[in-house]
Amino acid sequence: MTESTNRSGFISRCQAWIDARFPWTDTLDRHATKYYAPRNFNFWYVFGALAFFVLILQLVTGVWLTMSYEPTGEGAFGSIEYTMREVSFGWLIRYLHSTGASAFFVVVYIHMFRGFAYGSYRSPRELIWLIGMGIYLVLMAEGFFGYLLPWGNMSYWGAQVIVSLVGAIPFFGPDLMEWVRGDFVMSEITLNRFFALHVFALPGALVVLVFVHIVALHHVGSNNPDGIEIKAKKNEKGVPLDGIPFHPYYTVHDFFAIVVFLIIFCAVVFYAPEMFGYFIEKPNFEIANPLKTPEHIAPVWYYTPFYAMLRAATFPLFGVDAKFWGLVVMAGAILIPAALPWLDKSPVRSIRYKGRISKFMLGMLVTSFIVLGYLGTIPPSPFATFVAQVGTMLYFSYFLLMPWYTRREKTKAEPERVTG
Amino acid sequence: MKHGLRWFWAALISVLSSFAFAASDSTWEMESMKPDLNDVESLQRGLALYANFCIGCHSLQYQRYERTANDLGEIPHNLVLENIIFTDQRIGDYMTTSMSEEDAKNWFGVAPPDLTMVTRVRSPKWVYNFLKTFYVDESRPYGVNNKVFPNVGMPHVLLPLQGISEEVCYGYATVDVLDRLNAFDEAQKEGVTDSIDRLQGRELNCPEIRVIPDSGLYSVEEFDQAAFDLANFLHYVSDPSRQQRKALGTWVIGFLVILLVLAYFLNREYWKDIHKDKPE
Repeated sequence: MTESTNRSGFISRCQAWIDARFPWTDTLDRHATKYYAPRNFNFWYVFGALAFFVLILQLVTGVWLTMSYEPTGEGAFGSIEYTMREVSFGWLIRYLHSTGASAFFVVVYIHMFRGFAYGSYRSPRELIWLIGMGIYLVLMAEGFFGYLLPWGNMSYWGAQVIVSLVGAIPFFGPDLMEWVRGDFVMSEITLNRFFALHVFALPGALVVLVFVHIVALHHVGSNNPDGIEIKAKKNEKGVPLDGIPFHPYYTVHDFFAIVVFLIIFCAVVFYAPEMFGYFIEKPNFEIANPLKTPEHIAPVWYYTPFYAMLRAATFPLFGVDAKFWGLVVMAGAILIPAALPWLDKSPVRSIRYKGRISKFMLGMLVTSFIVLGYLGTIPPSPFATFVAQVGTMLYFSYFLLMPWYTRREKTKAEPERVTG
Repeated sequence: MKHGLRWFWAALISVLSSFAFAASDSTWEMESMKPDLNDVESLQRGLALYANFCIGCHSLQYQRYERTANDLGEIPHNLVLENIIFTDQRIGDYMTTSMSEEDAKNWFGVAPPDLTMVTRVRSPKWVYNFLKTFYVDESRPYGVNNKVFPNVGMPHVLLPLQGISEEVCYGYATVDVLDRLNAFDEAQKEGVTDSIDRLQGRELNCPEIRVIPDSGLYSVEEFDQAAFDLANFLHYVSDPSRQQRKALGTWVIGFLVILLVLAYFLNREYWKDIHKDKPE
């Protein structure tokens, strides 16, 4: 008994020593034990924590992959096979990382969808949303650069196709493309710079952006499925009536979610790491060959919705090549969600209290995104292109018509306190 | 989850279920083949066939003899050195061909590809069918052609085992009825009733190949088995940790399921007090 008192006395003295020099307890309070989150988070609210978990997973497995990776045209492909065959559990680290890339996009897309549905981007959370968009852009770049590193044939040609898009920019295009590649073709020089960006610059940027994303969130407080401010009703101690401490309530909650996620994730890693050619494509088991174009080049699944929109632009305009307009459409499609905080004019935040049009439009957005994602994986045909064009219009109409339909539709009254 | 966004799931399911996968490009209908990595004997036979018929030209540049021997039922290393390695290579070496790339280019036009991951680039089924579908075609440099890989620049290396196989052709593939009648009339005028198709130089429909009986060492069934063993062996080589991965996966997921139960009860225990004082 006395021993344990002594020990806790020692621990509290340590804590006091640290707190006098670093805001340790203060930080824990602010971000965990006294961070009050709405009590009504549902299924859709676990994906932020999952994204954070996958980020850590990617950083850790990435470090270990780098230990055996050789960023040269001669050695890159072989060094991956070396990792797969000769490094103890190298295959596990590699498959965790390659599956992790796809998992990252799965959870981030769902996390973003949650924001769309419950109006998490609305005031005062515009900055959280914009920082999140920044994370999303860096993540896309990170995935793109990383995809070249195994130096498989699909890596090579996929990167070639995307980099050549830069060449479609009028006037500066060709020079800019050469500048990006650092060479006249995709080469070892390109591989080296993609490696530097993938393992150093962009992960650093990701970590910083995720940090500020969370700082901003904890400053304004979390939104919730009802889209009402829990800070509007506080008790005498200043604690929101509908708020509960993030730790332990949501830490145990997210822990449960992480275990569920891991079961699904490990099922893929251990039983279907190629995911039938969707996570690792067949031509990527052949070394990059500038003279042998794969029969059908398609980006990895998480870019295909945007790739389909790129290909949907099929006619030149103002004397500029269709390819350039495809690039414009694609960039626009990626960036337009950033404008959401200013496009949404609805008096309510959450889809629960928005009108029928908003519900319909959101359903349509998701449907068009998935259909476009599928179209991006198949070779083009006149019919597929037509569907992609319609899909692109529907995708954009969710955003561009939003100021109109959110103002016009009849909304339900928001509750006083959170429900469910 | 009162407002469970049911329409979202409905849309997702309807879209996913409508996905159709593009069919293979080859018109040749491939026989199905399911590799069996638990069949160690098959894998060992595949290794022996590979060493005798394939490694002369095709390397397995990422795979070592030692690992192969250990993985395929702990084959004693001296047995491998005596029966599998015919060069001065050592047990720890990569399974590379002794043919130089320069020679290969001179002899075959192109260097024969490395086959370490051929079953991942193509599929075990593809390899199996490829090995089985060489047939006599005098128009080709080596006198043979292949159904799965038309105009392949490779001789029929397994011919001593399989024997000589020929195409079985009948009917027209893409000729309309009128053409067919004309061709028949002309042929009859010349007194020829068979091989009308060949006389008219039309595209033939040759949906089968048939081995001339007793032209090879193996019966049809034995050769099928040999082709299976080779494809099965190459499937192993393409990802040698596959079995280890699946075995480990069972333990990992088993552990996670137990953890899930604990996590569930931990979560429920904490949330009890929250659910108790729900706002009205």
